Amino acid sequence: MSVFYYSPIAYIVLFFFLILNGLSFWFAIALLNRAPSENTVVQVFFNSAFFWIAYLLVFPVITMRLFAEEFKLGTIETLMTAPVRDWEVVASKFLAALIFYLSLWLPSLLYFIVFGWLGNRSAIGSAGQLWAPYLLLLIMGMFNVALGCLASAFTSNQIVAAMISLVLTIGFFFLTLINYVVNNSSPLLRDITAYVAQLDHMDSFSRGVLDSRVFVFYPSMTFLLLVMTYQVFQYRRWRA
Amino acid sequence: MIKVEQLTKKYPGVTAISDLSFEVGKGEIVGFLGPNGAGKSTTMRILSSFMPATSGRASIAGHDVFSDSLRARMHLGYLPESVPLYGDMRVSEYLRYRGSLKGLSGKKLRNRVEVVKELCSVKDVENQLIATLSKGYRQRVGLAEALVHEPDLLILDEPTIGLDPNQIRQVRELIKSLGERHTILLSTHILSEVEMTCSRVIIIHRGKIEASDTPENLVGQIRTSGTVKVEAKTGSDDPVQMIEKIPGVKNVSVNMEAGWQQCSIRVEANSDLREAIFRLAIARHWVVRELTQERATLEDVFVELTQADD
Repeated sequence: MSVFYYSPIAYIVLFFFLILNGLSFWFAIALLNRAPSENTVVQVFFNSAFFWIAYLLVFPVITMRLFAEEFKLGTIETLMTAPVRDWEVVASKFLAALIFYLSLWLPSLLYFIVFGWLGNRSAIGSAGQLWAPYLLLLIMGMFNVALGCLASAFTSNQIVAAMISLVLTIGFFFLTLINYVVNNSSPLLRDITAYVAQLDHMDSFSRGVLDSRVFVFYPSMTFLLLVMTYQVFQYRRWRA
Repeated sequence: MIKVEQLTKKYPGVTAISDLSFEVGKGEIVGFLGPNGAGKSTTMRILSSFMPATSGRASIAGHDVFSDSLRARMHLGYLPESVPLYGDMRVSEYLRYRGSLKGLSGKKLRNRVEVVKELCSVKDVENQLIATLSKGYRQRVGLAEALVHEPDLLILDEPTIGLDPNQIRQVRELIKSLGERHTILLSTHILSEVEMTCSRVIIIHRGKIEASDTPENLVGQIRTSGTVKVEAKTGSDDPVQMIEKIPGVKNVSVNMEAGWQQCSIRVEANSDLREAIFRLAIARHWVVRELTQERATLEDVFVELTQADD
């Protein structure tokens, strides 16, 4: 579904995303210039506030239109009377959003490659340290895009869809912080939040340390969310 | 081509259509008429497998619209009432996208897109954003979209709504020419259009079929109880009293305009009372300037069938 690239909104998102990414990169370089550090540029980049703001804000913006717009315009009627299955529609919309999301990160990858190419190989770290965060972006992105799909399927209003998905995405992100806020949190609580701690995941992945829990938890949650999206979508379509 | 058996659709609290059964044969152009809220769009939405029926069955080209929905949809081009389009796509882009969604690809896709652009005369706006198009163009883009995969069956929900008279004529001509190769089921409120284009009419009211016949036969049935119009100067006579004495007259209503009595006379079936009225006028020395038996139209059929029990 190439609808994304036909829309001017896509380019606006791309533009602001580039600015935030650029700031984040500049910030990383600036920080490392100020004092010697054990951290690589990759680490600083992926653990900066700029990065997280861009990361969290981008999902609602990408996903808000997916289903809400179809219901609002009534194009759901022409879409669903074409010979396509409901799950195909859900899956292709999810994939389209995911691909668009991934393409947003490409320029930042270019920064690192050029930066390493210009001679600061050691400041980037090993190849694994560079690729691991991108792998994590893909896996966490799947989950958050699916969250956005679900939010968009609930309503015919893009703004409402964006708000729901923003609340869900940020709410989920803040679960990480429970451990920082609650002193002496129980081991059980720590175990649970370890699964959803996106900040901590990034911290370890950008050091090149892969955590297998991530590979199980996010894909299975993504699948669950997409099944829910499918159900909501079908329910609303048949009631329409 | 279409087969509908005992189709019923209930919304919470309302029965939109109940126990609807009809068939549309290959090559027919069928007009689907009824007042707003009669269940036309509901029926069309079920046929296009956009939503399931509460009970009953419907099939397109032998494929059940629910259990074999994908194959049924392959045979179908559907234009919903609101003509939903993606505003930020260009016309050609949109048609290509819809064509590929409906299983076309490569050379065939390019060909078909060109053909339908030509057919629906949207060639001159092919690179415009759909959001900037006028209502008439939107309607034709919608029609082009419905046609892009060469469906055997077209279901058009009010294809001429909101168009100006010239555009209505163009769309009508288009539908007529499409009728040579496609089966068409269309709903509309413009009855003259139905009389001109459709080979058969189905009138539904409150979710039930009231009539299903050729336009000529329907009009023929109703002409049997028609109206005679008389416009005369009757001096001191009371025309209502005198005309009502003629056998066969049901009732008379009179309207006075600048000294002329305009009488509208409902007459019983199979009678032509013009002669009797003429003789009466001569006997009473009325000055008559109009005496006509009104031709019944599909509109009369429609009104009679759908207002009878209100």
